[in-house]
Amino acid sequence: MCLAIPSKIIELDDIMATVEVGGARKSISLQLMPEDVGMGDYVLVHAGYAIQKVDEEAALEAHRLLREIALQMEAEGALHDPFDDEGYVIPPSMPPI
Amino acid sequence: MADMADKQESAQESAQESTKAQALRLSRAIAVANAKIGRPVNLMEVCGTHTVALFRHGIRALLPSGIRLLSGPGCPVCVTGIPDVEAAMALARMPGVVLCTFGDMMRVPGGKLNLFDAKADGADVRIVYSPLDALNLAMDNPDLKVIFFATGFETTSPLVAATLMQAQDKVVENFYVHTVHKLVPPALAALLGSGEVKIDGLILPGHACTITGTVPFEFLAKEHATPSIVTGFGPLDILEGILMILNQIVDGKPSVDIQYRKMVRPEGNPKAQEALRKVFTPADAYWRGIGTIPESGFALKEPYTKREAVAALGPVDIPDYPEPKGCACGEVLKGLKLPTDCKLFGKACTPDKPVGACMVSTEGSCAAYYKYGGEL
Repeated sequence: MCLAIPSKIIELDDIMATVEVGGARKSISLQLMPEDVGMGDYVLVHAGYAIQKVDEEAALEAHRLLREIALQMEAEGALHDPFDDEGYVIPPSMPPI
Repeated sequence: MADMADKQESAQESAQESTKAQALRLSRAIAVANAKIGRPVNLMEVCGTHTVALFRHGIRALLPSGIRLLSGPGCPVCVTGIPDVEAAMALARMPGVVLCTFGDMMRVPGGKLNLFDAKADGADVRIVYSPLDALNLAMDNPDLKVIFFATGFETTSPLVAATLMQAQDKVVENFYVHTVHKLVPPALAALLGSGEVKIDGLILPGHACTITGTVPFEFLAKEHATPSIVTGFGPLDILEGILMILNQIVDGKPSVDIQYRKMVRPEGNPKAQEALRKVFTPADAYWRGIGTIPESGFALKEPYTKREAVAALGPVDIPDYPEPKGCACGEVLKGLKLPTDCKLFGKACTPDKPVGACMVSTEGSCAAYYKYGGEL
């Protein structure tokens, strides 16, 4: 429920941004960001809002962990691709991230 | 290309090997600390993502038998009360209303039915990824009344506050919320204050603390002398968090500290905190299976009160349903019972046919225990 995923900013438009994670893109709000962000920065995204900047190393480490979980779920026979069509790792019956 | 793939694979293997070596080192250090303490230690995690991660990474197998892990009220979906689900269904059944919510709320049992049943019955209930999706739906459909059924702890409530601020700025008159947000610190205060369960240390929620920082949790150390560590979700994060708690017990110096420094700052996210203060005021809230906890939820402040769906569009008829008979969710949420201690567990109550809310959400304690086969 409270899972947040580090995502890379690839486009900026006022208080909105486009982020990329797992090869897919998503439009998110920067309204709650306590600091300025730029292109290429990683932000922690939860349910359509960036909530904090994270450094690249921490972001990539979190992605590795999520990928491991995704593979594990595939091995467990998860019914659909753990990278859903929005590119977010969503276990089968988990709420939106 | 094949070379490169081989190299990548071997790099990944060596990374895994080093994770394993580090995990074993932490596991040994935990055993040493537990021996120094010389008695069993009860640790509680209060985040559903931790509940699942403990199983997924096989953490229990790396801990000495003297460390007992309890799951607390860590899933906002599970603690949503029957009357709140009933109110959501009653709102969704109103003509011209669309009720939007997160996917996991759909299967939470009300008195008899859930939101999927209401939808099958003709109510317009939609799953959204973000409260912003609900706001956009309201803007695109001025003739409809769009309600966001808002659940979640401090990670999620600021997003709903921000969405309400936008609705206000953009004068979107047909956007409402049915908020059942919960606050983590008052629940922990109630739990520790009750003295019903002995908790030696708390594994605090990584992402909720991204918003709150550690200040709202300081009372855990100051008033309850309970070591508390904000912990990440990887296997090494969790083991390190547990070791930090044990070291505090050994030293006899309880404090609130952060293991998850990559993501959590002591001050949290001031902008999100400001959004919460602007839109919400603390209010008593009903936690399923636990009861009403003072100031553990949110009510809307002016000028947002007009967007409280039940007040604005109601009254709604909410029948008085009792908690399901035999369901031990309340005791499970308080750490008094393990899911496997419940008579209904795995028999009358399964993820396919949940009786209690802890079996509904994938991050509920009962669902996690069921999926991973009891206490591993």
